[in-house]
Amino acid sequence: MDRIPILKLGPCLIVSIQDDMQDQTALRLQDDLTNRIEQTGAKGVLIDISALDLVDSFVGRMIANISAMAQLLNASTVVVGMRPAVAITLVELGLSLPGVRTALNVERGMALLNASIEAEASNAEHPAE
Amino acid sequence: MPNILRSETQDMRTEHDVVMGRQKVRALCNELKFSIVDQTKMVTAASELARNTLIHGGGGSMRCELLQEGIRSGLRVVFEDTGPGIANLELAMMDGWTSGGGLGKGLPGSKRLVNDFDLQSTPGQGTRVSITRWK
Repeated sequence: MDRIPILKLGPCLIVSIQDDMQDQTALRLQDDLTNRIEQTGAKGVLIDISALDLVDSFVGRMIANISAMAQLLNASTVVVGMRPAVAITLVELGLSLPGVRTALNVERGMALLNASIEAEASNAEHPAE
Repeated sequence: MPNILRSETQDMRTEHDVVMGRQKVRALCNELKFSIVDQTKMVTAASELARNTLIHGGGGSMRCELLQEGIRSGLRVVFEDTGPGIANLELAMMDGWTSGGGLGKGLPGSKRLVNDFDLQSTPGQGTRVSITRWK
């Protein structure tokens, strides 16, 4: 079965989905990512879907699940690179992915993650402020 | 009634078939020169229905038909299975209703993504869903 590689960069995990996935591959990514968050103590997860020309309800649910699971493990998720046609189709399908943070590209996504990690760190240092 | 210019059939029995089915629909959309948005909508609808055929129908088949009606051309994709069928079609077409662990977006969502949508099901005998998108 295919496996999507997960890269670690500082406090973040990075996933780039390149292929038209089988459902099992998507489920496995969900498992692998949550395990890696636990092992590494990662604070951020970036999922790049710029290569995906289709996000159906299954993949949409996987994205929403990963975001929710990561949050329970104290990590923020950002989905980057969604194609405009995919966004239009997802909304018409009835999936607007509430609660999932997005950014236009990897660069902006990393900036968003780093900002939220820093904000959390400074809150921890000065809890009263 | 539109003319069927060409027809291609594919089994829908494994997850790999679902992926292959998506790719076939995409290739045909390309051939018909659908816009990127129309293409994405059609392939997404086909993906939802292919998964339904596999998971709820216990496997079946997909048939793609290139259509010509007057000056317009289109693509019809028909999914057929001989599974348990759908007991309550009205309920199945409701947003958010699901018989399994899904989101309940598959059928109503697919309908919104295409021009023509036809669902026929007989409990105990199977289900046939047909979607068409015109250029």
